[in-house]
Amino acid sequence: MRPDEISAAIRAKFPQVKEEAGTNYIIVPKESILEVSEYIKNPPLSFDNLHCITGIDRKEKIEVIYTLYSIGEHYGVTIKINLTSEDLNIASVSAIWKSANWLEREVYDLFGVIFSGHPDLRRILNPYDWQGYPLRKDYSNPQLIAKPRL
Amino acid sequence: MVVIEKIPGAELIRKVPGGGFFLTTSESFLKWGKASSLWPMTFGLACCAIEMIATGAPRFDIDRFGAGVFRASPRQCDVMVVAGTICVKMNDCIRRLYAQMPEPKYVIALGNCAISGGIFYYDTYSVTKGTESLGIKVDVFIPGCPPRPENLLFGLMKLQEKIRREKDAAR
Amino acid sequence: MDATQTKDIYTEEFLINMGPQHPSTHGVLSLELTLDGETIVECTPHIGYLHRSMEKIAENRTYTQFIPFTDRLDYVASMNNNLGYVMVVEKLLKLEISERAKYIRVIIAELNRIASHLIAIGTFAQDLGAFATPLFYCFREREKIVEIFDQLCGNRLTYNYMRIGGVLTDFSRDIEEKIKKFIKYMRPKVDDYDWLLTYNAIFLARSKHIGVLSKEMAVNYSITGPNLRASGVKWDLRKDEPYLAYDKFEFDVPVGKNGDAWDRYKVRIEEIRQSLRIIEQAIEALPQGDVAVKVGRIHKPSPSETYFRTENPRGELGFYIVSDDSVYPYRLKIRSPSFSNLAVLPELVRGLKVADIVCVLGSFDILMGEIDR
Ligand code: SF4
Repeated sequence: MRPDEISAAIRAKFPQVKEEAGTNYIIVPKESILEVSEYIKNPPLSFDNLHCITGIDRKEKIEVIYTLYSIGEHYGVTIKINLTSEDLNIASVSAIWKSANWLEREVYDLFGVIFSGHPDLRRILNPYDWQGYPLRKDYSNPQLIAKPRL
Repeated sequence: MVVIEKIPGAELIRKVPGGGFFLTTSESFLKWGKASSLWPMTFGLACCAIEMIATGAPRFDIDRFGAGVFRASPRQCDVMVVAGTICVKMNDCIRRLYAQMPEPKYVIALGNCAISGGIFYYDTYSVTKGTESLGIKVDVFIPGCPPRPENLLFGLMKLQEKIRREKDAAR
Repeated sequence: MDATQTKDIYTEEFLINMGPQHPSTHGVLSLELTLDGETIVECTPHIGYLHRSMEKIAENRTYTQFIPFTDRLDYVASMNNNLGYVMVVEKLLKLEISERAKYIRVIIAELNRIASHLIAIGTFAQDLGAFATPLFYCFREREKIVEIFDQLCGNRLTYNYMRIGGVLTDFSRDIEEKIKKFIKYMRPKVDDYDWLLTYNAIFLARSKHIGVLSKEMAVNYSITGPNLRASGVKWDLRKDEPYLAYDKFEFDVPVGKNGDAWDRYKVRIEEIRQSLRIIEQAIEALPQGDVAVKVGRIHKPSPSETYFRTENPRGELGFYIVSDDSVYPYRLKIRSPSFSNLAVLPELVRGLKVADIVCVLGSFDILMGEIDR
């Protein structure tokens, strides 16, 4: 299946899912992440491999990006979820894909996105008593000396 | 070390069959022993650790300088080679390891990261800027990213020199 | 035994910390073990002792300036990391590189794969108690590769050789000869390892049926690289999503049967053989031409997002780059293979003995620089 076909297949099933303009990334409203995940994990789409979870701080919102692949079928899909800075709660998919466990912890550690239903949501890279979320654009720390820009 | 030529009667001693002996002060003897059996701690932090292992491997063979016995326990070590980037999470651990080493103890800071933070000086929130900022006194700094094994050997020789020049052998 | 005695004799679980300074944790990894006697009840890895905030650094470096940092990610396979990064930037810039550069990249990446697997094998054997000898053998062979790289780009560990648009320098005649010589030298050495180590009775006893990772679990945990193939999944990006010139070469993808520690080791040995095959074909067919496209050092891609992954010695290394209107990336995410590979450890070691944890960990060939970034 080509990326646009995958995106069309998911959108046919879930009308609330959108496609990002210019790409084949699909944008899922945060309420429906669990049911979409459940659906695409199983055949016919069978995305059995949650490869990567990324956060991006867009200042007014935080995007969480899931990169998924299917080992058997040789295709992939990228799912995007937009979170407003007021409400950073999102359902955890770690019950569906085990790899999400650490990947979600990392996003929590660096961006402060709260994955509800996660079995063990602690910081992972930074010390457990660390303050702040370092990869947010407005993060500051006396340790951090910025390199002069070009 | 006092060599045989320098003492009166050296000629006589030579004449004794199978003869020849050796005089030294106990102090320099102690220093000689200390300098030629520096046991480093296996303490790889980051990239530089690979070069430290390579120095221990056959081609460079750190054993020639008596420093090839890498010990895993700090209690059996004489020299701590800080090989790699020190991160904030690791700070306390390094201090504790250093405290656990018995005297006399020496520290080699291997690589730019262990000296000052190196390539990770700017823009990081989680890298400690050098071993000395932890309050650990460093004896030999070896710059490089990573330093070549030859550099580590040179640094080791410098440390041996330093030990031989020490005023107080019982340190 | 009467009642008073049983009251006195009792067992309880106890906690033990392994690491962060431990000779067999392959860097600064800390494992919190709950033990019942010698048996592991629970194992919790604590990582982050080498968290150097690479992703934050990337936001304040130009695309070219970040290449040296990728060296320090997975410092045993620096070339492969360089490759993964420059390829994602090239994809972002929609840059085509010359045929010769592609071939050179393949040769160099495969050479570094061999070097990396050698360290994996050596340290694994050392973890199992074959003290120093296999490690020294492996380092002896690795030195030959390092020497080639040293001549090529002037450093032994952090090469910074792959550049956006090609590679740093062309091969000299000398280097081609050296690589050919190395292939001849290496082939019998791999057989030696088989002969000395692979079928050694003690080695087999220590590593067979230890830490069995099933197919489903491996995929579900997003395990990649040799560890995935050892579980019997035939998945190799070089074959399944060929990049560079990998589709032009003949090579097999070795897979394991049981997914135990020995299989993971064996897959690496076989991969060395396959890498040698690839290098041999590539160096024979090395086309003429430029090695680098002339592009400036400052790149300004249009705002977009790209993800690209390459097959690293440890698994699939992915970079997710978000560009905005400036010369700096807006966000760079590094998807490191070891990070996902380590996450499965607690599942595998439950019920094993303490000595086996070292075996399982060693067979996964993790590297802290890449896990913590
Ligand atoms: S000095 Fe360079 S090679 Fe050494 S640990 Fe730091 S970054 Fe790595």
